[in-house]
Amino acid sequence: MEALVFWILAFGLVGSGLAVILNRNPVASALSLVITFVFLAAIFVSLEAFFLAMVQIIVYAGAVMVLFLFIIMLLDIKAEERRPFPWVKLSLTGLLGVAFFFIFDRVLKNLPQSSSILTWGESPEKLTAKKLGEVLFSNYLLPFEVTALLLLVATIGVVMLSRREGDRSKRSEESSS
Amino acid sequence: MNAFTEITLNHYLVLSGLLFLIGLIGVVMRRNIIVIYMCLELMLNAANLALVAFDRFSVVPTVNGQVMVFFIITVAAAEVAVGLALIVALYRLRQTTNVNDLMEMKF
Repeated sequence: MEALVFWILAFGLVGSGLAVILNRNPVASALSLVITFVFLAAIFVSLEAFFLAMVQIIVYAGAVMVLFLFIIMLLDIKAEERRPFPWVKLSLTGLLGVAFFFIFDRVLKNLPQSSSILTWGESPEKLTAKKLGEVLFSNYLLPFEVTALLLLVATIGVVMLSRREGDRSKRSEESSS
Repeated sequence: MNAFTEITLNHYLVLSGLLFLIGLIGVVMRRNIIVIYMCLELMLNAANLALVAFDRFSVVPTVNGQVMVFFIITVAAAEVAVGLALIVALYRLRQTTNVNDLMEMKF
């Protein structure tokens, strides 16, 4: 049963991931990416990371993808026009994939094939959101606070970047008049 | 041990690797800078999947891997905000999102 769930989720994840890179229309790509994130959240649930599954849905499928769709529609991007099929680029990418899987095969062969690392670990306590919060606010308190600073810096950066040139001069004119 | 009915850590690692590879191929192949950004998100999520799987399959599971994923999600959200602001600024300047038209810094 667990295996069946895993295979369904795995095929869904890979299929929707492929849809992201194969769709020519950016809006379709973005919607496929939302589906990918939902499948990933389901896989997090199957790994008993319930809180992360919720964060994945809320932050990625909610906030980040809305931002992406908003920018796509704001910029009014058309679907990429058909160009002569990029054989050179595609073959290079295929080479990349083959090399990648060669490396991956080696890594998996060097992993122990049957040992405790391959099966589910038995935790003495339930790994709930409460436990996650305790660890986050004790062991990882400093990184957590630094993350808050990072978000502040990112917010200020976005405001600076999205300000139009000449806004300042217009504002100073208004204040002087 | 049947590879289809018994799900081990290796299955999750292969899945994570596949997702990363899809993102990498997208970054190399696609010409739209926004789609390239989406593929970067895909690669970050592949790393998240590997971290959660490693965490859950360790002999004594902890939440340390989940905390790491939590931080990655936060940094990714900040990165998307800044990156999309850059794309909007670039679009205002050049009226394009095709990376083939943005080659000033190419040697």
